[in-house]
Amino acid sequence: MKRVAVLIQPLLALVAAFVLTTLALLSTGVSPLEAYRLIIFGAFSTPVRLSDMIMLAAPLLLCAVGLSITFTGGLYNLGVEGQMIIGAIAAMVPLRLWPDWPPLLLWLMAALSGAVGGALWALLIGVLRRYAGVSEIFAGLGMNFLAGGLALYMVLGPWRRQTSASLSGTDLLPRELWLPTIDRLRLAPAAPVIAVLALAIVWWALTQTRWGLEVRAVGLNPAASERLGIATARRMAETLAACGALAGIAGMLQVVAVHHALIPNISSGIGLLGLLVALLSRADPRWLLPIVVAFAAFTVGSIQLPLTLGIDSAIAGVLQGALVLFALATRARQ
Amino acid sequence: MDQLWIDIAAILAVAAPLVIAAMGETLSERAGVINLSLDGTMLLAAMTGFAVALNTQNLILGFAAAALVGALVAAILGVFSLTLGQSQTAVGFVLALLCTDLSSFLGAPFVRLPGPAVPFMPIPGLADLPVFGQILFRHDPVIYASFLLVPATAYLLYGTRLGLIVRALGERPAAVYARGIDVTRWRYAMLILGGALVGIAGAAFSLDLKQGWSYRHTFGSGWIVLAIVIFGGWRPLRVALGCYLFAALEIVATRSQSTLPGIPSQIIQVAPFVLMILVLALVNLASSPTVARWIATLPSVWQRPLLVVVYRLRATAPAALGQPFERP
Amino acid sequence: MRIAVEQLTKRFGTVWANNRLTIEFAAGQIHGVLGENGAGKSTLMKVLSGYLRPDEGRILFDGKPCQLRGPGDALAAGVGMVHQEPLDIPAFTVLENLLCAAPPGVFRSWRAAQRALEELAERLGFAVDPAARLDQLTIGQRQQVEIMRLLLCGAQVLILDEPTTGITAAQTRALFTALRQIAAEGRTVLFVSHKLEEVAELCHTVTVLRNGEVVPPGQLVMPQPQEYLLTLMFGDAGTTPPVYRPLPSIDSPPVWELRQVTVRSGTLHLLDLNHRFAAGRIIGLAGLDGSGQQVLLRLLAGQLTPDRGQILVNGRDLSGAGAIAFREAGIEYLPADRLRDGLIGALSLAEHFALLQRTGVIVDRRTAEELARQAIAEYQIKATPLTPIAALSGGNQQRAMLALVPPTARGILAEQPTRGLDVASARAIWSRLQARRDAGCCIVFASPDLDEIMEYSDEVIVCFAGRIGPSIPRALLSAGRLAELIGGVGFEALVEAV
Repeated sequence: MKRVAVLIQPLLALVAAFVLTTLALLSTGVSPLEAYRLIIFGAFSTPVRLSDMIMLAAPLLLCAVGLSITFTGGLYNLGVEGQMIIGAIAAMVPLRLWPDWPPLLLWLMAALSGAVGGALWALLIGVLRRYAGVSEIFAGLGMNFLAGGLALYMVLGPWRRQTSASLSGTDLLPRELWLPTIDRLRLAPAAPVIAVLALAIVWWALTQTRWGLEVRAVGLNPAASERLGIATARRMAETLAACGALAGIAGMLQVVAVHHALIPNISSGIGLLGLLVALLSRADPRWLLPIVVAFAAFTVGSIQLPLTLGIDSAIAGVLQGALVLFALATRARQ
Repeated sequence: MDQLWIDIAAILAVAAPLVIAAMGETLSERAGVINLSLDGTMLLAAMTGFAVALNTQNLILGFAAAALVGALVAAILGVFSLTLGQSQTAVGFVLALLCTDLSSFLGAPFVRLPGPAVPFMPIPGLADLPVFGQILFRHDPVIYASFLLVPATAYLLYGTRLGLIVRALGERPAAVYARGIDVTRWRYAMLILGGALVGIAGAAFSLDLKQGWSYRHTFGSGWIVLAIVIFGGWRPLRVALGCYLFAALEIVATRSQSTLPGIPSQIIQVAPFVLMILVLALVNLASSPTVARWIATLPSVWQRPLLVVVYRLRATAPAALGQPFERP
Repeated sequence: MRIAVEQLTKRFGTVWANNRLTIEFAAGQIHGVLGENGAGKSTLMKVLSGYLRPDEGRILFDGKPCQLRGPGDALAAGVGMVHQEPLDIPAFTVLENLLCAAPPGVFRSWRAAQRALEELAERLGFAVDPAARLDQLTIGQRQQVEIMRLLLCGAQVLILDEPTTGITAAQTRALFTALRQIAAEGRTVLFVSHKLEEVAELCHTVTVLRNGEVVPPGQLVMPQPQEYLLTLMFGDAGTTPPVYRPLPSIDSPPVWELRQVTVRSGTLHLLDLNHRFAAGRIIGLAGLDGSGQQVLLRLLAGQLTPDRGQILVNGRDLSGAGAIAFREAGIEYLPADRLRDGLIGALSLAEHFALLQRTGVIVDRRTAEELARQAIAEYQIKATPLTPIAALSGGNQQRAMLALVPPTARGILAEQPTRGLDVASARAIWSRLQARRDAGCCIVFASPDLDEIMEYSDEVIVCFAGRIGPSIPRALLSAGRLAELIGGVGFEALVEAV
């Protein structure tokens, strides 16, 4: 009986989410079936859209993987957006300073720089939490504002376009510094490879290493972990740094592979979407990839909605949010 | 000199939606429930209020619809956290994103449409007073409402028996339960009341302060209200002060655009948020034991005044805020 | 108002916390309720004050049966309970606390409330400042405020649960005077305590509970001889002569040494402790819950920093060094609440062993599982290496917690080592602890069970009302004497003699 309940609950959540989204669709007068066809399958309809979906899934997966680490440690890292932005800015630095160096070296430096920048930004949240008593939620939100301001400053100030400062971003990076793509598609295979690699490494770390086991223990019961000799405060800081680093690399990918420049909205809500993924998957590594692919597909698929059906593409966000909301309803009491 | 009064009046006007939302959230958090969905709720309510007012050409209906939306979202948060036992933080966050997207989606047809606006209603007689006439009595009903809401909330919390129960719910629900109060039902009530006020605040944007509807119309105000409630130590007067401070920063920022041509306007737009968070960190730091220990190491002539400052800044959260209440 | 229970029964799983209790408490008197921990006193009080609903039996107010759906109903019926830590709102002032959720119609205005409060305070002999914040008051003062609040809100029956723990002697005097006044005015007072001298001084009747039942002959009119009451509370005492086991002498510095240590925790203030805990000993801390044993244990674990004095572990001064330093010095702490503080419920025994591994990047699952298997065999834990700890029974959880103590441990602190365990599990736990002791470990444990203290301790330290007595070799102690000391009888003399 219990096994049936375990299967039914996620199904109920799925149904409820679709009911809510359908209601929203109906209120605009379009055919829900048409809309779903685009939302769910739109990303797979052409090679270009498929590659767009993959290029969104890569940074999303990196963020979700990072957030699954902080979740396992018991933290709500809302500052992931800011960490991504700072990672993007930090990644730009070597690219702008030494554009003539070998591209491979520059990409490695950009990745390293992005990771370090994101990690340090995340650790600031830990500092605020430990010494100023600010909850990681507000520290994270505040740091997001700060990072967004910094990105704006760089785009409109020191790194502004040579012609005139523009909100659409800095000058594009020289072509050689763009991550190599497959012909005529915007797909840079390095991006998903990095993301899946990160997933594999973190999966391994969380399930196979002592560090991962200690992080799990801290997230489950900090008091008992302390008694068993685990350095709980340090582990929490390490999870923040790890998540920041991964978010930073996601930011680097956005710069080098997707936009080829720094734009004010470089993170485009990917960080927070990653938080939804982590919430839905309950930080279980097995579910991260499928959910990321599904969410990325929804977002990319819904891009056509304004042109094709005349409705706003935010409906993808409605579906994603509803799925997580109703999934939360069916869980055991905290 | 006249300009100064006009500026102060502008601060009061710009802060009005923030004040309304902040009073609502203060009530909710005093009862022990955090409504993290504020930003999304305000957006959804702003859109709904505008749409309804536009279609019915009736402002009151618009505000009512917005209040209803705010109350509804708060009720959903209540069901998921108070009844189903999920984390207030997680549910609130998801609702924030969900409502933001819903507002974008459902509000698309209304973008940049001209709509009804709350009319300017100076109070006859009082509006002609020197200084105060300019500052207080040349506004519209929404802003007057925000003026009245602050002392009303303070009175509710500190001057009535109802307020005693509300504050006790957030401090020690076990004690209130022992006196026969249904903790969950009261928390629902405060949460939903707070949500309704947040909804009205949303409509105060789209029907008054920033007439119309557009993407990200309320621009992160919901998040900043949450921070202001903390900065204000959950005390209505101080919270309102925080709102006025933030509004002042916004106005200063807009004004200085012309005097600081080197800094782009978008950065200036973000500056108030950044400054507010810094203030929040400072306030928290001031109340932390680390600072208390540091003060103790200073020469005693400095200790007294510093301790007074720190004590004034102290912002203690309601002891049971965010914690689920289980019937013993 | 008189209050009575008839055949009152309350079960928790297989435990009969209250088993067919039939007691009547007459109006206008102070009734003492005596019993060990686990005797059923708190359950009875929780039922009377509306927190629990009985499985069988009924409650009668002035002869009329009454259904209590919650504490609010109880207060409306006239029953007010003063908890050990009063259920007030610490951030409020006395007056705010009084008015908060008061029954409708009782206070017409704030001023009326203040007048009523001041009037009652005068009548009872309490000093009260209506504008004082509760968190600035002592526990004794908060208790007084709570008593007045309940009386003003219409309580006809006042239940006090161990009220004199953590209050000063002067406040105890004031409390007793007030209680006598309250009873004289026709109300009923239930005084739950384990302090025999106070019960003798204050109460008109006494009822002894043991193992969930009223000990025959039921309610007794005071005065009653102390030894008689002790026999009722603890059963037959002092008939078996103590078994003398020669203690091995071990040549090493004491595991713990306390020098003039003063420490405060909550309402308890332990003063000027000078104790030595030698290796190869089992030391039992006797006393009822909240008498100071837990504070001492946490102090020895490094979780509390002494306000004054020094703690030496294995000869090194570790005062204020923190729990981790103590742990590295070989001190292990076994908390009473296993799942909340001791173990991680969702993880398995093997994973707990893995957590104790200090080297290597990858979890050595094979070794961890092997260690778990060995532990299971050695400690006879009914589980597999991979079962989550939360699924184990209490006894097996305790065995697991003990199994996780490394063989190099020099000191083990056990907060109620056999709490909630059946006899077989308890024996098994103790044989392991004795083996550790024989290998040179010093074991300090607290237990409300006198039999356990008498059977397993090499030395006994009695804790009473926040005072820690000297260490007494168990051979010099009888069960009866120990029972007296726990109830405060002769405790002063003991402390002074040292």
